[in-house]
Amino acid sequence: MLTVQDLTVRFPSRFGDFTAIKGVSLSVAPGEIHGLVGESGAGKSTIGAAVIGLLQSPGYVAEGSMTLQDTDLRTLSTDQAHKMRGKRISMIFQDPQTSLNPLMTVQDQLVETIQAHEDISKTQARKRAIDLLEEIGIKNAETRIRAYPHQFSGGMRQRVVIALALCTDPDLIIADEPTTALDVAVQSQVLGLIRRLADTRQIGFLLITHDIGVIAQIADRVTVLRHGIVMETGKTAQVLGKPKNPYTVDLMKAVPPLDRRLDRFLVPGEDRKSDTDRDQAKGDKAEKWLLAGQKDPATGLAINDLSVRFVGERTSLWRKPKPFIALNNVSLDVRPGTIMGLVGESGSGKSTLAKAITGLVKPALGTIRLQDLDLPHGRDRGRHHPSRRLIQMVFQDPFSSLNARHRIGYILGEPLLHYGFEPDAKLRRNLVADMLELVGLTPDAIDKYPHQFSGGQRQRIAVARTLLARPKFLICDEPTSALDVSIQAQILNLLKDLQATFGLTILFISHNLAVVRQMADDVTVLRYGKVVETGKVEDVFERPRAEYTKELLALTPVTPSDW
Amino acid sequence: MAYFILKRLVQSVFVMIAVAFLAFSLFRFVGDPVSQMTGVETTVEDQDRLREGLGLNDPFVVQFIRFSSDLLRGDFGFSYRTRQPVAEMITNRIPATLELGVVALLISLIVGIPAGVYTALRPRGIATQLILMTTLVGVSIPTFVIGIMLIFLFGVQLGLLPTFGRGGTVHIGSWESSLFTFDGWKSLILPAVTLGVYQLTLTMRLVRAQMMDVMRSDYIRFAMARGVPLHSLYFRHALANTMVPVITIIGLQFGGVIAFSIVTESVFQWPGMGLLFLESIRFVDIPVMGVYLVVIAFFFVLVNLIVDLLYFAIDPRLRVKEDV
Repeated sequence: MLTVQDLTVRFPSRFGDFTAIKGVSLSVAPGEIHGLVGESGAGKSTIGAAVIGLLQSPGYVAEGSMTLQDTDLRTLSTDQAHKMRGKRISMIFQDPQTSLNPLMTVQDQLVETIQAHEDISKTQARKRAIDLLEEIGIKNAETRIRAYPHQFSGGMRQRVVIALALCTDPDLIIADEPTTALDVAVQSQVLGLIRRLADTRQIGFLLITHDIGVIAQIADRVTVLRHGIVMETGKTAQVLGKPKNPYTVDLMKAVPPLDRRLDRFLVPGEDRKSDTDRDQAKGDKAEKWLLAGQKDPATGLAINDLSVRFVGERTSLWRKPKPFIALNNVSLDVRPGTIMGLVGESGSGKSTLAKAITGLVKPALGTIRLQDLDLPHGRDRGRHHPSRRLIQMVFQDPFSSLNARHRIGYILGEPLLHYGFEPDAKLRRNLVADMLELVGLTPDAIDKYPHQFSGGQRQRIAVARTLLARPKFLICDEPTSALDVSIQAQILNLLKDLQATFGLTILFISHNLAVVRQMADDVTVLRYGKVVETGKVEDVFERPRAEYTKELLALTPVTPSDW
Repeated sequence: MAYFILKRLVQSVFVMIAVAFLAFSLFRFVGDPVSQMTGVETTVEDQDRLREGLGLNDPFVVQFIRFSSDLLRGDFGFSYRTRQPVAEMITNRIPATLELGVVALLISLIVGIPAGVYTALRPRGIATQLILMTTLVGVSIPTFVIGIMLIFLFGVQLGLLPTFGRGGTVHIGSWESSLFTFDGWKSLILPAVTLGVYQLTLTMRLVRAQMMDVMRSDYIRFAMARGVPLHSLYFRHALANTMVPVITIIGLQFGGVIAFSIVTESVFQWPGMGLLFLESIRFVDIPVMGVYLVVIAFFFVLVNLIVDLLYFAIDPRLRVKEDV
């Protein structure tokens, strides 16, 4: 149905044309889900945009052909192309929070789209819209259609988005990371819906994602992209199960498995020998300096009956607002020198717990103890409380967690100066340079600014910064969820190495169960601010006791083990 | 929502108390009221009697409370200069200033919003560059120069429009309006344009910046991807989302237009509050200045309240809370 032949897309720039897509060919049959995988910058979304004719300016299709049945998509006029959008090709975007117009009711948006492509009355259009919403699993569509987007939950909103893409009965839907912003339970529902629509309505899907588990679960065929070039294409089971291309082989190895634990990831392109050599030669001084600070035995963290409440929304003038309970009697014991994984869906209270430990929110009840040290809550913990140094944090977004206006040398030197470890500027600089080597960067990074580094490199810098405070306890809040799988593998390897060398205690927060399985010794499952289950990683993953844990494990998309 | 409005009203009351306090300080501490009211012939005993009679020897708090309650009852006192009640002087002048301000605002919106949308949708077009350049010149020149240039061109050289005053006015109750006669409009147009030019540029640039942001958003790209007709895409989807932040600035600016129409009113000898204020400064007519301060502050508070209510009208996320 859709045939793309030798597609080349270029983006002109001051330094000559940048070729984003080079000679890509692929096809999608009716009722087929065609997966498009690759890491960021591989050109996945660019292919989707080119097919639907919405390439970001100044990008343009330089060569190749794109045909939908017998329509040549490249020869359409602007006007024809706009009429074809929605009618024959539609699109689903990543984030349901932002892809609906917040000021219009769902009904207005649906009716408008239907009427744009068909000459039918408003009543008829509305009727069709309601039927469609019912079909994709929104109950009481008759009344709920009059609601605004913000009144729906995330998963329901993504259903509305799908309804909007579907309401004109298109032949092809381009789904650009349709489930990336969703929790696993909702993700599996949405993926099930996409599969069903492909089967019953014979709609072709071009499913763009970086999540190989998602592809493995529902795609019929898959195309692997790298730097705008097709690496491998074919049936999903064959490409992901028995990959021929070395890149696909490496990519599959970097995907953390859910059902077993690897000691180390094999990283695409990483020279395995030199990596182990590096630890001995480089970063030696920094390592010694850190070890000197680790004379005391490892430190554990004990949380007892911790409750955090936030002021809720005021519903009436006279009544007191109901508090929102973010954490409800949470008890947690992180054993010294181990990694505790903390998993849960969005809104389960994972990040609130991290904030309570670091003293950024004030719990209403409960105690937090760092080994023998009682940690006062919130603001009662002074600026110079020893735990401010002993507990350090690695944040999720490496782009906003480093000050863009400071050089790396200053960013890393700050903890040394602030905690009074190294007053001498020259020695400080040497130590920082050595630390950069320890986390796998070159020492010349010291005079650069954060924007000169990639996401993975920045996360290494963030790790180096925490280490320079000589911490005993590290909180990693989704440290790899903004990164590609191969980069994720590198960062996880780095964290594992550092933890083993320096005997750190780590609280590792993630929504990704497979990653937690690789990293953690113990694991705690949170839901609605309550602990659902806690125990050794092997026990929880192999023999989950709580229903909720079983559900989470079952719904996480994985590559089947028999491939 | 009721809670929100109530909160805003309480805040407004505090703002007004603060302003009343400033106005009162002006009264009480800028010069000695008694020596300004009396001539050189008045004896010291008479002055003291007057001071006692006016309650100027009472404690500060008592005087302030008396001043505030007078204001609340609409008793604004008497002008030093004309011996008229200040309330009467102000109400006579308000229509002129309000009409000028509203027409200036309308001009800036009617021209500014479409121009902003156009320049946002065709960011590289020649017309866009031309519009951006001319409006830049427009804001760079001070208001009074624009006014004088307009007078010179349309009043003196072409002789098309009058250069001062309000022209023919009609009384509707106590409201003296120049909106119902051709002559009145002829007089209004030059000062309104002069006053509106700055607003216009600001509105246009703000709409343009917001609109360009909105056009890059996911929901516009999604609307584009499902073939929503372009006119609806631009004006129904994009413009509505653009207006939320734009309204705040327009509201604040409108308060400013009312308050600072002084320059324009003096260039065109427009008999509004600005001109009255200017005359009052010249004759150190402190009661009028004080009341002017209070009235302008009241306008600001009112406009801000209206802006807050408009948010509720535009944005359902504030209006409709419950989940479905």
